[in-house]
Amino acid sequence: MSGAEGIGASVRRKEDRRFLLGKGRYTDDIVLPDQSYAVFVRSPYAHAGITSIDTRAACEMPGVLAVLTGKDTVDAGLGGVPCGWLVKNKDGSNMVEPPHPSLAVDVARHVGDPVAMVIATSKAAARAAATAVAVDYDVRPAAGNLDTATAPGAPLVWDAAPGNICFDWHIGDPATTDAAFAKAAHVVEIELTNSRVAPNAMEPRAANGHFEASNDQYTLYTTSQNPHLTRLLLAAFTLHVPEHKLRVVAPDVGGGFGSKIFHYAEELLVLWASKKVGRPVKWTSERMEAFVTDAHGRDHHSKAQLAVDANGKFIGLRVATLANMGAYLSTFAPAVPTYLYATLLSGPYDFPAIYAEVKAIFTNTVAVDAYRGAGRPEAAYLLERLVDKAARQLGIDRIELRRKNLIQPSQFPYQTQVALQYDIGDYQATLDMALERNDHAHYEQRRQASAKRGKLRGFGISTYIEACGIAPSALVGALGARAGLYEAANVRVHPTGSVTVFTGTHSHGQGHETTFAQLIAERLGVSIQNVEIVHGDTDRIPFGMGTYGSRSAAVGGSAIVKALDKIVDKGKKIAAHLLEASVADIEFKDGQYRVVGTDRVKAFGEVAFAAYVPHNYPIDTVEPGLDESAFYDPKNFTFPGGTHLVEVEIDPDTGVVEVVDVTIADDVGVIINPMIVDGQAHGGLAQGIGQALYEEAVYDSEGQLANDSYLTYTMPRAADLPMFKVGNHVTACTHNPLGVKGVGETGAIGVPPAVIGAVLDALAPLGVTDISMPATPEKVWRAIQAAKAATGKKA
Amino acid sequence: MPKLTLRVNRQTHTIDCSASTLLVEALREQLRLTGTHVGCDTSQCGACTVHVDGASVKSCTMLAVEAEGAEITTIEGLADGDKLHPMQAAFQEHHGLQCGFCTPGMVMSAVDLCKRVKAPSEPEVRTWLEGNLCRCTGYHNIVKAVMAGADGMNGGKP
Ligand code: FES
Ligand code: FES
Repeated sequence: MSGAEGIGASVRRKEDRRFLLGKGRYTDDIVLPDQSYAVFVRSPYAHAGITSIDTRAACEMPGVLAVLTGKDTVDAGLGGVPCGWLVKNKDGSNMVEPPHPSLAVDVARHVGDPVAMVIATSKAAARAAATAVAVDYDVRPAAGNLDTATAPGAPLVWDAAPGNICFDWHIGDPATTDAAFAKAAHVVEIELTNSRVAPNAMEPRAANGHFEASNDQYTLYTTSQNPHLTRLLLAAFTLHVPEHKLRVVAPDVGGGFGSKIFHYAEELLVLWASKKVGRPVKWTSERMEAFVTDAHGRDHHSKAQLAVDANGKFIGLRVATLANMGAYLSTFAPAVPTYLYATLLSGPYDFPAIYAEVKAIFTNTVAVDAYRGAGRPEAAYLLERLVDKAARQLGIDRIELRRKNLIQPSQFPYQTQVALQYDIGDYQATLDMALERNDHAHYEQRRQASAKRGKLRGFGISTYIEACGIAPSALVGALGARAGLYEAANVRVHPTGSVTVFTGTHSHGQGHETTFAQLIAERLGVSIQNVEIVHGDTDRIPFGMGTYGSRSAAVGGSAIVKALDKIVDKGKKIAAHLLEASVADIEFKDGQYRVVGTDRVKAFGEVAFAAYVPHNYPIDTVEPGLDESAFYDPKNFTFPGGTHLVEVEIDPDTGVVEVVDVTIADDVGVIINPMIVDGQAHGGLAQGIGQALYEEAVYDSEGQLANDSYLTYTMPRAADLPMFKVGNHVTACTHNPLGVKGVGETGAIGVPPAVIGAVLDALAPLGVTDISMPATPEKVWRAIQAAKAATGKKA
Repeated sequence: MPKLTLRVNRQTHTIDCSASTLLVEALREQLRLTGTHVGCDTSQCGACTVHVDGASVKSCTMLAVEAEGAEITTIEGLADGDKLHPMQAAFQEHHGLQCGFCTPGMVMSAVDLCKRVKAPSEPEVRTWLEGNLCRCTGYHNIVKAVMAGADGMNGGKP
């Protein structure tokens, strides 16, 4: 490695300065000349026919430029918002794929469904006029949540989807699984819910569309994790404007966590409206609007059974899951409860037989799609809760039961029963590391100390795995993806040796401007101060699939390395010419080309200069310039994993749960910047603990979201969380050039079952055996009271 | 529209401003000081935190007219020219920011705390930051940064 700036160095972030000075440039910060503003009129009902929309009064109001409705979008031939993944039913038929109009036409299908768009010269004028749009609704019965949507005779979200079933899918082998259960010594059963959460990136979504008539060019500034994908969908499906006339810019983006992957209707509408009104049109979501329009996460209901033999070895797993899709299929929604969930159900365990069935259900709610972890947290939560229950039922220690069933290092590559093949890992090592760092040996003393203070202490553990860097393209294509999942990079070495890298990934907190610069420092020996990482602009970057699924280092970083290899190779040819040696005798190290075994060298900068001023140059065989692009399509997913340990203290009088210790040991592969990797783990942990203890987006049976603001939706605050103890044990990914795996989601995946496990461990002496997320004080208090009543004794 | 005179970052500005304009709107939309952010509509996130006469205030909870005559400081006015304020430097040193959206509010709030309490303890920092939400960092490094920033404000190394 090249010292202080290369791979493995906790380099301070290059991007920080602009954010700290208040000079970040987020979408809502951009005001274009002649800027106009859009406000949406949204359905207050979960399910309602739209009988009429009267826009006349609104149109007459001061400053109003246009009021547009669903009918206008139909007349203009705008396409509906497409779904990017086709899942097939068990019988091979296609899932039900209903239309998703950008503005509701005849029927509104969830609270927040847009029915009209008001454009005015100021935000205040647009807001005022929006209240003057008169919409007549014919309110219909709604399938407001999973329970109501799956009840017999439930109202239908779509007539084309009887029973509200979008698809009925399965994976694994039912026959071998049945056989495993037939010979099981023990069968452990669980039924649980993975609660619905709202992503809540701190920056609300925004979109600013600008049509320039002079050159027929559309530009969209948007809060996106993947501007090229947005451009592709705009071109091919929604706006029907070819890519060369479309520029999508995702400038600084204030967090995404999945919710900004998807192509949203507002993006297409501001572009279309801009052409109509002849001015740029900007929409910025309000927080309450975000709660009912950003795609939510999780929302599963599952039943599972674990077959265990007489020695405590897992021999079979059966899972049946209902997954809420919401009213419309968001961009990657069908992939989340299938290829990102059921394929992970083997976890880190050696399972000889698995069978999983997933029914996706339409409800009259906003869409559910990928949220930090996307499917993998649901798998880990189900599996870890089931393993904990098995330990209790079989009377085996939770740690020992896990140890007995973890895949052994010698078993890699490990083929699971649910399609994935894990390339490498060492789950025992992360388990040992976590237990040691948490000083688990002295847990009992800590428990007694808590008891002395009147607190119930509990310990929870989760050994988990995830799959990152979803790939390869051919495989995901066969599974229904309508996009490739490679990444692109362009490395441009300038004549004086500084470097600009154009990457198709997008940084919205991940720190790519620093970590990717470290790759350049490592490989070319160029200081990160002389490297610029450019992302988020389709006009500047060749192509890209963006940032989600912890793919940026594994896929985007690998694309950069591929381009760097080309640069280094071309430089060798130039250096060989300059040094009058043969190419085979040239080595490149620490920023210098050297004739092997001599002191004859050319610095990288000299070679770059020669490439652009090719006076003394092998011009017959080598083109001038030093500028290389690469596309990288991974051979497989990467598989981070690890152990998360949580200790909680519960006040039995109030039910308040305090997280007092979080110790994790992850294997995220080779680490480029430890400081940034730890920071990613911290953030994921906070979201995971948030889901376990505080957060839940609650839709009632009528489809009204009960908590649609920060007054009622609880996210963790600083005082709710402890300092986290984060450790890493590295096994290098075997199939990408950096050996990296991915870290963006580990915390959100691993920690929720450990938190709930700790809560249940603390409450076990009282007889409490189950609690659902979020384990709020009220829920915990009620569980304690119910257990006391059941056992008839005082705790 | 009525005129309003505001003192922001040691400069005097006269702007058009209605009686219902929020301070955050005046800062972002009229003065184009977009470092102050809006993350919610219920005064819960703290992304809009600025100083009014030295004390941290959520600028979405205050009308612009109420700020007339006061000395307002936004994130843009904290650094000394090119030199980061010790709290800003501490946030960079301790990786107290990821997406940067909550950051201006966090930094402004933290500076106020450290003017009141010279060396705040971890629980004091966590309790003080009650009004500021961050979705990226899990607060771990923010808390470390604020404690280091307090040292920096007392002349130590951030
Ligand atoms: S914008 Fe959220 S508190 Fe002011
Ligand atoms: S750094 Fe992203 S919200 Fe705090």
